[in-house]
Amino acid sequence: MDQGRAMTEKAKGEKAAGERDWPLFEVFVRSKTGLAHRHFGSLHAPDQAMALDMARDVYTRRAEGVSIWVVPSAAIVASDPGEKAALFDPMAEKAYRHPTFYPMPDGVKNI
Amino acid sequence: MYTQGLNIAAGDKTIPIEAAAGPEAKRFQERVDREEKIEPKDWMPEGYRKTLVRQISQHAHSEVVGMLPEGNWITRAPTLRRKMVLLAKVQDEGGHGLYLYSAAETLGVSRAELIDQLLSGKAKYSSIFNYPTTSWADIGAIGWLVDGAAIMNQVALCRCSYGPYARAMVRICKEESFHQRQGYEIMIALARGTSAQRRMAQDALDRWWWPSLMMFGPSDKESLHSAQSMRWKIKRQSNDELRQRFIDVTVPQAEFIGLKVPDPALSWNAARGSYDFGAIDWTEFNEVLAGNGPCNRERLAARRKAHEDGAWVRAAALAHAEKARARAMKKAG
Repeated sequence: MDQGRAMTEKAKGEKAAGERDWPLFEVFVRSKTGLAHRHFGSLHAPDQAMALDMARDVYTRRAEGVSIWVVPSAAIVASDPGEKAALFDPMAEKAYRHPTFYPMPDGVKNI
Repeated sequence: MYTQGLNIAAGDKTIPIEAAAGPEAKRFQERVDREEKIEPKDWMPEGYRKTLVRQISQHAHSEVVGMLPEGNWITRAPTLRRKMVLLAKVQDEGGHGLYLYSAAETLGVSRAELIDQLLSGKAKYSSIFNYPTTSWADIGAIGWLVDGAAIMNQVALCRCSYGPYARAMVRICKEESFHQRQGYEIMIALARGTSAQRRMAQDALDRWWWPSLMMFGPSDKESLHSAQSMRWKIKRQSNDELRQRFIDVTVPQAEFIGLKVPDPALSWNAARGSYDFGAIDWTEFNEVLAGNGPCNRERLAARRKAHEDGAWVRAAALAHAEKARARAMKKAG
């Protein structure tokens, strides 16, 4: 039995035990220089190098980017949506952090 | 490509019809009513999650199985240009499958689980891909009609209340319009060709017209699940509305290239500003959905074989990655 066949047999055995997905990566693409990388989507890949290759094939088929970041999804720390109000609502009351809070007298030129 | 409300006709018993009971459900409905998008970690009714997992995964499966009827003609495309275009289109469909599986995964299901449901025959996919592609003209008809029908549906889904699904749809719609145009271009070329080519084009239209209309799914006027999906803004337009819009756009395109839509009852209704059309044979639709279409077995067998033949590649890639990681750790001491 050649090696390929042997591995197929082994892989079939593993599948019976429930094949696991490759790790998940988040894909960020810079559309053109001067712009920040933006979240484009995600994909499964065995490692970082292949994640990058596959991101290029899947997310930039129409010249959508000039640079790609891939980040293991497990490495992302996110705020809890349940704490959205506690975290972000207080800022709605801090109008003095915006220039419009300070009316300019008529007849004075704005900067 | 696309998914229809596959389980809506039969009434899916695993998805409960939920009244907005409780403060969380009420808050959720208010957010949806305000056109706020729902994101993965937000509170959502169990039925909302289930409906989405079902719909998005069926949609993903449809993209993946949809590669098979077209892949059938890649090696036999009539010119190099047509071959390049078809390759690019089929590659797009694979990508669309990936965007959609990713969107489904945000709802807490694994990719492996979803693939398993497809391969075991438990999950449904669009009935349209169980028809054979017997001539090159079928590749034109698929792009023109099947992708055209898909666009009608997917444009509506870009406004779906679930953020990841809506975002995937925006991307897919951008890519999909090329599919429809290249299909129509193939039809134009055939319709303006020799009489044999014209016959091919007409024959393809004859075979794909009704299955394309069925892609929108049965009338959902009376369906409680449809009403619920509308209330949750998962679904934005009824199957009948979308089907009518598709017919109204497509019939003039057929006339323009001198092809005849195979429906003797088809006629312009000036009062409605729309075409009236004949009755759809839902027995055929239900048979195909139940697994008895011309190619159901062949399609699933092809997917299973591809998955099994690729198993050693997936395992080897993972083993290689783990080895490389171990080597790097050792080197770093």
